[in-house]
Amino acid sequence: MACRTCLWLLGTTFFTCTVRLVVEGTEVGATQESHPEPGVVGSNHSQAGGGHGSSISGIQIVTFKWHHVEAPYLIALWILVAGVSKMVVELNHSLTSVIPESALLIIIGWILGGIIYGADKMQTFTLTPTVFFFYLLPQVILDAGYFMPNKLFFSNMGAILVYAVIGTCWNAATVGLGLWGCWLGGAMGDIDIGLLQFLLFGSLIAAVDPVAVIAVFEEVHVNEVLFIMVFGESLLNDGVTVVLFNVFDAFVSLGGAEIDAVEIIKGIISFFVVAFGGSLVGIIFALLISLLTRCTKNIQIIEPGFIFILGYLSYLTAEMLSLSAILSIVFCGICCQKYINANMDERSVTTVRYVMKVLANGSETIIFVFLGISAIDPAVWVWNTGFILLTLLFIFVFRFIGVFLLTWILNKYRLVPLEFIDQVVMSYGGLRGAVAYGLVAMLDENKFKEKNLMVSTTLIVVYFTVMLQGITMKPLVTWLKVKRAAVTELTLAEKIQNRTFDHMLVAIEDISGQIGHNYMRDKWHNFEERWLCWFLMKPSARKSRDYIFNIFHQLNLKDAMSYVKEGERRGSLAFVRNETKADVDFNKKFRASFSEIMPDIMADNMGPDHVPLSSILQDIVPSVCLDMHEQDLTMRESEDFNAHHLLQQHLYRGRKQHRHRYSRSHLETNRDENEVQEIFQRTMRSRLESFKSAKMGVAPAKKIQTKHQKKDKPQKMPNGNSSDKSKNHPYGDKDFEFSEGDGGSGGEAAGDLFPMRAYRVEAGIVNPAFMAEMDPMDNMQQIPHVALLPQTLNSFDT
Amino acid sequence: MGASQSAGTEHEFQDLADRTGFSLEQIGNINKRFRQLSNNEETLSREDLASIPALDNNPIRAQIINAFFDKRNLHQNETGTVQEIGFEEFLMVMTHFRPAAMGLTEEERENLRREKLRFLFNMHDTDSDGTINLEEYRRVVEELLSKAGTIGQETAKAIADAAMLEVASTTRGKMEPDEFYEGITFENFLQILNTFDIETRMHVRFLHMDTATLRCGKSK
Repeated sequence: MACRTCLWLLGTTFFTCTVRLVVEGTEVGATQESHPEPGVVGSNHSQAGGGHGSSISGIQIVTFKWHHVEAPYLIALWILVAGVSKMVVELNHSLTSVIPESALLIIIGWILGGIIYGADKMQTFTLTPTVFFFYLLPQVILDAGYFMPNKLFFSNMGAILVYAVIGTCWNAATVGLGLWGCWLGGAMGDIDIGLLQFLLFGSLIAAVDPVAVIAVFEEVHVNEVLFIMVFGESLLNDGVTVVLFNVFDAFVSLGGAEIDAVEIIKGIISFFVVAFGGSLVGIIFALLISLLTRCTKNIQIIEPGFIFILGYLSYLTAEMLSLSAILSIVFCGICCQKYINANMDERSVTTVRYVMKVLANGSETIIFVFLGISAIDPAVWVWNTGFILLTLLFIFVFRFIGVFLLTWILNKYRLVPLEFIDQVVMSYGGLRGAVAYGLVAMLDENKFKEKNLMVSTTLIVVYFTVMLQGITMKPLVTWLKVKRAAVTELTLAEKIQNRTFDHMLVAIEDISGQIGHNYMRDKWHNFEERWLCWFLMKPSARKSRDYIFNIFHQLNLKDAMSYVKEGERRGSLAFVRNETKADVDFNKKFRASFSEIMPDIMADNMGPDHVPLSSILQDIVPSVCLDMHEQDLTMRESEDFNAHHLLQQHLYRGRKQHRHRYSRSHLETNRDENEVQEIFQRTMRSRLESFKSAKMGVAPAKKIQTKHQKKDKPQKMPNGNSSDKSKNHPYGDKDFEFSEGDGGSGGEAAGDLFPMRAYRVEAGIVNPAFMAEMDPMDNMQQIPHVALLPQTLNSFDT
Repeated sequence: MGASQSAGTEHEFQDLADRTGFSLEQIGNINKRFRQLSNNEETLSREDLASIPALDNNPIRAQIINAFFDKRNLHQNETGTVQEIGFEEFLMVMTHFRPAAMGLTEEERENLRREKLRFLFNMHDTDSDGTINLEEYRRVVEELLSKAGTIGQETAKAIADAAMLEVASTTRGKMEPDEFYEGITFENFLQILNTFDIETRMHVRFLHMDTATLRCGKSK
């Protein structure tokens, strides 16, 4: 506690000092400029020329060259300040769980603003529209697009569009007209404003802000449909906002008299052009990015850079063509995510993800801090009680009305209707934010005499929504018992069921002759697989991008990693300990098929969740395959062995290599085939041995827990059976100790989960001789070999 | 409804409508479709269904088609399959995909869930013994993933095994040494798919209008 308070104080002091330094720097700079004395000039010359000028006083060893670095220095300093503010905010977790981070950042912004104002007597730093729209907003939106859950987004697209377009228009119109009506009625006193200006103001204050929505909903994990509705709306409504803003701005410039039907029609057309044009630009850039990543194999190190640059360019291009820049960058992110994740190297994918998050988070922080700072500027404050209060009232009330109205209409067409409570949260979650502020700051003072009033109102609205609604969102959600996001990940079985479902529904639709949702989705899916993937993905990526397969792959990797960790912990990855007396002979048969399968499985470019050690595992290519002599055992399907050994092979490490080189970070695969084969043989022998022994007893037990269930109980696995009966058990007792769970070498780690992925060991290694006697299901549960297998798997959950 | 409908059919439809919960128009449309598929005969056979071109791309078409001929889905308490089905049976199968009506009680919802899940379960459990054992599950998964092209048969098997094992551990928990896991029973199945919103997901929208004509050329 004391530590925290100290840190807090340190943080604050640091701020103040930094800011004072900055401020003084500015002042010094200012002073230097305003006093061009010969001495100063002379000394400048001396620095530059190095002894040329005649009136120099002497060589300056060190000079304070503020001007030289002013601009970049200030920028860097502000970024630092924003970062430190975030750090200070996050010091106290109990605070951040009550008040959303964005609100706290605004408060810090106020404090900083106050300091600066106090020092400078004017607000030198504000959030200017240029900086905001060109340098701070794009990365936030790109981040939103890149991480957008596409399936969810597109399946709710209809509803999202309805809210975004119709909802925003409704909000804009009602707020504008409402305010106008009240102005006519005299509630606002005497201000120089007109209908068109009200409408313009309405349109810029009506839009739900993506930055604010992310910031607030981040703390509150509502169910995904609800989230995607609000979030999707906040992103797509930019199309409408831009159009309305430009149209009304033009109208105001033209003056009321010039507006006729033609202009209005042009306005409506421009909506379609802006919205679809912007999206099209985004999609084109997404195609470009995907194509580019297809060819960047040789420059993997700078691959991530392309994503950001092209994303930014899509934003700027749309801006240049006066289309919706936000829509452009959103669709760019949405469309390219799948292909670049498949094409790029795993490390690049990770880099992109992390850098994206850093940039987005940083920008958000800076935005909120500056929103706070910009408020501390008496020059912009104009107080008009009527205007401000009415605005607040109208945006709140009309939002509710709008959402409920639209939802009522939508529910007639939706498969899953939106519940009342969800609607309440959706209305309440219509937060306004920095985009509105940016737009209002862009207004021309000459045309809009009451610009300052609008700016003040916007700021108050933003503070109200972000702070008040942000703080009360979580309690509201809890109180209303809103359905929350599912926290656990789907199990493999569920994923398979999902897939089955989809296909089943499509089939039923086909049979019943209906064109449905599923039919469309299926058609798109087929089209995409046939054409787009062929065009946009690298050939190697195409092979390995099935979703379920990826999951499978991830699971294997995780298990393999735990295996390695455990092995390291135990000092060696050797598992074969004793000689066995199994009478099985092996030969390398299906070597070819193996090596063909292996690289595919271990292909690099898999999934977004890359695993750092995967590169090590890639090198596994034991080309031995398991094939038992048929005369020894009635091998049913040798292919069983093959497949299920794939993964064991991944995990398997030859004994020799680890004897000499114990390294925590570097594992080499043994490429000596003979040795590898030898080791395999022994492994297999040992396994068979244990099968035989297991066969004696009843079916061996299969306690294999999933990762998700954390139970600290001993592994019942290889349990009693094997350890009792096979004294000459190949893996020796050590392994069983280990596997025995809570006791033994495993310690708490072993007591932990046995990652289920031991499955792979199953079935394949089963001794067919006694398989026949058991229920086929058993083979899955032939845990004995699981026991044999790196039980190390049971440890850590990464 | 075409001119070929007799007055008697109307009455039948009404009866069916009451029993299944479809509206008259929906039943009419489904009937039309049935006639189309069966070439205006009274019964539908497997070949009729198999010849729908759109189903070709579907990885689990075999299972789906079998589901129509599976007695268990026809609300009869028998097992086994039939060779041909009439319109009523066709409709029965379709009822599994009706959306959940609004205002159902908890119990009704639960029943609906069970019914739908039962359909799904039957699809997996091809030998009708009440459990999905490894072989059956493997077969389903293989079929499912086979069209993907990239996944070999062995991997599909491994995935099936993994899933099965997962199910075993979640449903049976800790097992004694002398137990073995026979297969996924219906109860287990319910348990696994507990988090699925099956009432809302397993649902095909049966339109009140006839869209069969919209797909001209596609279906038979």
